[in-house]
Amino acid sequence: MTDATMGNPPGNTDGDGELTTADGKPLAVALHRSHRQARRHAFLLVAPLLAFLVITFLIPIATMMTRSVQNYEVADYLPNTTAAIETWDAKGLPDEAVFAAMGEDVRIGAENRTIGRVAARINREIPGTRSQMMGTARNIAEMGPPWREAFIAQHEGWGNEEFWRLVKRETRTLTPIYYLLSFDFEYNSYGEIVERAPEYQVYRLMFIRTAWMSILITALCIVLGYPVAHILANLPLRYSNLLMILVLLPFWTSLLVRTSAWIVLLQQQGVVNDTLVWLGIIADDGRIRLIYNQIGTIVAMTHILLPFMILPLYSVMKTVPPSYMRAARSMGAGPLRSFISIYLPLTVPGLAAGVLLVFILAIGYYITPALVGGDTGIFISNLIAGNMQGSTAELKLALALSTILLVAVLIIYWLFNKLVGVDRLKFG
Amino acid sequence: MIQTTKHCALALTVSAFALTAGTAMAETDSLTIVSWGGSYSDSQNRAYDQPFEEKTGIKIVHEDKAAQGLAGIRSQVEAGNVTWDLVDMLQSEAQRACDEGLVMLIPHDEWLADAPDGTPASEDFIAGTLGDCFVPQILYATMFAYNNDAFPGDKPQTIADIWDTQKFPGTRSLQNIPQKNLEWALMADGVDPDEVYTVLATKEGQDRAFAKLDELRDNIIWWSEGAQPPQMLADEEAVIATAYNGRIFNAQVNENQPFTIMWDGQMFEVDGWVVPVDNDADVEAIKEYLNFATDSQRLADQAKYIAYAPARTSSVPLVTTHADTGVDMKPHMPTSPENFQNAVQFDPKFWADYGDALEERFSAWLAQ
Repeated sequence: MTDATMGNPPGNTDGDGELTTADGKPLAVALHRSHRQARRHAFLLVAPLLAFLVITFLIPIATMMTRSVQNYEVADYLPNTTAAIETWDAKGLPDEAVFAAMGEDVRIGAENRTIGRVAARINREIPGTRSQMMGTARNIAEMGPPWREAFIAQHEGWGNEEFWRLVKRETRTLTPIYYLLSFDFEYNSYGEIVERAPEYQVYRLMFIRTAWMSILITALCIVLGYPVAHILANLPLRYSNLLMILVLLPFWTSLLVRTSAWIVLLQQQGVVNDTLVWLGIIADDGRIRLIYNQIGTIVAMTHILLPFMILPLYSVMKTVPPSYMRAARSMGAGPLRSFISIYLPLTVPGLAAGVLLVFILAIGYYITPALVGGDTGIFISNLIAGNMQGSTAELKLALALSTILLVAVLIIYWLFNKLVGVDRLKFG
Repeated sequence: MIQTTKHCALALTVSAFALTAGTAMAETDSLTIVSWGGSYSDSQNRAYDQPFEEKTGIKIVHEDKAAQGLAGIRSQVEAGNVTWDLVDMLQSEAQRACDEGLVMLIPHDEWLADAPDGTPASEDFIAGTLGDCFVPQILYATMFAYNNDAFPGDKPQTIADIWDTQKFPGTRSLQNIPQKNLEWALMADGVDPDEVYTVLATKEGQDRAFAKLDELRDNIIWWSEGAQPPQMLADEEAVIATAYNGRIFNAQVNENQPFTIMWDGQMFEVDGWVVPVDNDADVEAIKEYLNFATDSQRLADQAKYIAYAPARTSSVPLVTTHADTGVDMKPHMPTSPENFQNAVQFDPKFWADYGDALEERFSAWLAQ
């Protein structure tokens, strides 16, 4: 639009037929100016929203990503050791100078009560280091040269080469360790990247579980939502309005209430089990565990996310003229054939929008899995939350996991765009 | 019309000023206290917060965020915006907060009240419970409890019975953390309670504890909040549950639930106050509160409302009856001699060292 007006400056068009406004200015210039003004106004109108997004969304996400690779504890709280250990060749124990520097750092750290912060960092890699460092810090005033002997007399951990290699490694202020941990890898004591021991592996499993459970929930939403949306779109208005309220009513009900309702229904002494026992399908002592596992999460989340599938589908189905299907039938196509060739392709924009909504909401869901997921039905978001609170919280690991989840969602969105085309989606 | 709008605007402005002025005054005259909520906060409120407000006019503002206490103080101190004045914490977390310089050092005898007979505070609190930055209030137990209706014949008597699903069938409800569960698993596997932490410090011991938990895995549902286990026992979702003794007492006495506490293998620990550094309250007010809230009479009073034992020796003889029902509280204390026979002290130091690794392993085990 801009190019068109710019590319045809007045006078170049068709000789004397140049158009002007009432006050004699060339029309193209006036048009260009008014467009520019409209754009400026539009920008000013969205500026508050833009500022809001930058402040509350982009900046926190950028901070989150930066902090997930920061590793300042050793460098900040053991500055002398960091300087002294640089020349150590990581073979055998470091020399007296490094121990003396550590003595100075521990003394200052004990005075400022900051030694616990670096002890917590190192304890994460070698359990027991916390009491080694804290115990020594308590006695640092009585210690003196030769420092190496003094330290090892305090705690044998100071004579462990692995400890010193770790300190040397962690003097760098940027680290990929939290991303390695997120994929169940870690450094061994020689600084090589290795897979974690099987009993500590959890995050890959949880990412995969979150993905397949989200896919399953999305699929269930399609299976349940598609017919409902079809009926809604084709019933006479007075019935469809009533039905629509039945779809929207749970949508307006608090998430916690709906989740708690599922607990009442599904627990072992709950309505579903009671009914099954009453019907004689299961024995009273053989009640089925329907909640606090994956079944509970899948059932409750499918119910909660169903409106996000039904509403876009409904809005698209509403626009499909019933005559199309009748035309297909009249030309000899069976019910299945006319559905697949005519109806389904016409509803794809709504279906795709529903899939995208449900899947992306599901993959980051927190509260429902936390309440009904028990041990095996929880999502990666629950482990992220676990790393944000509690006494051994590892905030940076939570940040790394969140970043990975964010990137995964963006990749999914990109793939989806390639396959379906986001501009074709109809969200309702 | 315009006149009315003007009046409204004026009124709004005035009330806005009044509100801000009100808050500003309240800030200097109030203490923000973070605790556990529920019946525990109630007991604190009735035993010393309300009397303190009456005595000094300083308002106590409660926040029920103690479960995220350490993480919360860490982020507040890091952000340089500390809004919590006192935080109720477990001893193990208090030690870590102290080591990391997140909470103030507390000179015990200078800040805290002497016992009625003049014994200084440092000698009056149960040995080993006062920390450099920590003043305990209560001693509580986590132990197994069961619903009497589930076991008409024999009742579970020992930790080993909990693992005996043949003799005592039914679902167990355990907390979704490694602390205490691993200790009990080792005890059930025949480890002497005195040796539990030595064994748990080794790789073999940890494998052994997880293997023992594996045996029970299919019979466990997990709880995360202290209010859940009594609820699960009452709903018969579980027949045996681990719980805090105060919560079970509450269900027994206030709600007449047919629950029994199995005191064998109870694990006890203390809970108390820390003061975050750089908080925005007047240190004199905090000192006054700590002095008042942890004196012998106030700690004994707390036992009128909840079945946790006072952390001061001099408070023990002052413990009387339950404020609402008149039940004698002494036999319900975790420290009463018949309950204390096979008690195990929870080791905060062990968990400070091995907590990171064991929690990671536990969450991996839980997700399998």
